[in-house]
Amino acid sequence: MEGANAKAHTLRSRILETEAQLKRLKEELAQVEVSGKAHTGHDSSAKENPVAQGTGQKWPLSAEEYKRYGRQMIVPSIGILGQLRLKSSSVLIIGAGGLGCPAAAYIAGAGVGKIGLVDGDTVEVSNLHRQILHSTCTVGMRKVDSAICFLKSINPNATYVAHPWHISPENAQEIVGGYDLVLDCTDNPASRYLISDACVLLSKILISASALRTDGQLIVLNSPPLPPGNVAGGPCYRCVFPKPPPAESVLTCGEGGILGPVVGVMGVLQAVETIEIIVQGKITPPDSTQIVASPTNMVLYSALGTPPFRSVRLRPRRPDCFACSPDATLRLESLKGGSLDYALFCGLMPAVNILRPDERIEARDYAQIQKNGDMHLLVDVREKVQFDICHIEGSINVPFSTFKGGNQESRIHKPDWLPQSLPPEAPIYLVCRLGNDSQVVARILKDAGLTSGGARWIGDIKDGLKAWKDQVDGHWPEY
Amino acid sequence: MAAEEIIPVVVEFTGGLEMLFADQRKHTLAVPAKDEEGKPVTVGWLVNYLCEKVMKDSRKEMFVLDGHVRPGILVLINDADWELEGEASYALQPKDNILFVSTLHGG
Ligand SMILES: [Zn+2]
Repeated sequence: MEGANAKAHTLRSRILETEAQLKRLKEELAQVEVSGKAHTGHDSSAKENPVAQGTGQKWPLSAEEYKRYGRQMIVPSIGILGQLRLKSSSVLIIGAGGLGCPAAAYIAGAGVGKIGLVDGDTVEVSNLHRQILHSTCTVGMRKVDSAICFLKSINPNATYVAHPWHISPENAQEIVGGYDLVLDCTDNPASRYLISDACVLLSKILISASALRTDGQLIVLNSPPLPPGNVAGGPCYRCVFPKPPPAESVLTCGEGGILGPVVGVMGVLQAVETIEIIVQGKITPPDSTQIVASPTNMVLYSALGTPPFRSVRLRPRRPDCFACSPDATLRLESLKGGSLDYALFCGLMPAVNILRPDERIEARDYAQIQKNGDMHLLVDVREKVQFDICHIEGSINVPFSTFKGGNQESRIHKPDWLPQSLPPEAPIYLVCRLGNDSQVVARILKDAGLTSGGARWIGDIKDGLKAWKDQVDGHWPEY
Repeated sequence: MAAEEIIPVVVEFTGGLEMLFADQRKHTLAVPAKDEEGKPVTVGWLVNYLCEKVMKDSRKEMFVLDGHVRPGILVLINDADWELEGEASYALQPKDNILFVSTLHGG
């Protein structure tokens, strides 16, 4: 096992090295071909305009750029002016995941001059169904490096900047300040509030998107990007969502699931907005006296909805907004000084440590109980769709969601799942994916009096099915 | 007019909220035109009605928190933010479309 892992690792790094070498050779070849054409006059435009190549003394773009961007330059809404605006602009993409990958691919392809990528994560195999800049052989690599490697192969003309860390209040000003336009491609409320605040303070348009399961949402915020206090500016994230959602209502893609092309659609829409905004010359804040306020819209996409796309009208800037109103108290200094705790603002999900050690059992000890044939009940509290993928033999499924809330319909007060044949002293074991929800349910059941007056042990399998794979069944299909 | 006068409205849920309403995104409802005190029904009244009469899920706090629609849910009246229309005090009109959107955070 260990030997195979080491060999796979060596092979992956050799593949990466070889690919990098191949890329260098291709770049070299491209250069040789371009200069060769210039000298032989093979290209007709070069014949008529000998100075047109590369240096751009007569023509503003190189011959290669006219060819590369020709198909989009002849679209009437782009034109040569639009292409030059793209070339002289810089775009920051925060998050190189399911949104950031497709957005970056099209933005790079369109000829944006400078592209920055912010992400502190490394590539995992569970990313690959949606994060299309990464590949099986870049698993384990930093996402920013893996992404830039791919982007350079799409378009070597751009300048790519890697910011291999997560955005934070301390680094936000320095990173965001270096770009004309920002894309929020992150996956949690805390970073969304932080990025919005930074964009308000630094007068940047923010193109924000998100997705979960089969739904996606897109909003262009702070557009036009007028200074805080100017009511003609576009609303910020706090204007739309002044209060963060309760932490327990927020699902990540890892918990709730995500369909690859759904998040892909949202990332591609971000790229469309980016190109439109740059081409229309909207990145610089206009003269505020000439602004005709146009409402901000939110685009909703539901793969299962009819119709799948819907656009709704949002409110303008909020007169009492914490970030962008005339009375706003938000300052760059407070951001950098660390006086704003975004994680706290959005409600930290506390590390789940609800049960005492004697109310928990190691997976290997549970396996022994099962082997001995001792009378007991194993309750798997994952949602049914996960239970159907894989479950421990003999376990029953009572999803976590059916235990929440305190009314009479809840499964706590009507434990219809409890087999009649189970002796009152037979223990009940709870299990879930990682050993968090199982603790919550164990506590609920104990509080509801299912312990038969103390005769029955109720507890959970520590670290859940992850521990089951580690300690008992190496072939367990972890997903 | 009869006291039984009703208003037809369409209520929709998206962004995961549909899970609280039997996995059904679109609900065509006929609600009474007047509330218990004889006043025209409002969106605020509708939120209460949905919570008590339509919602099957026990997790009421995922929809209403401290008497208000919980933070992170946008309410749209005929595709416009309800804050443009008077929020909870907006009086329901026949054929109104009320959309509840839970914000997503994944990416
Ligand atoms: Zn604001």
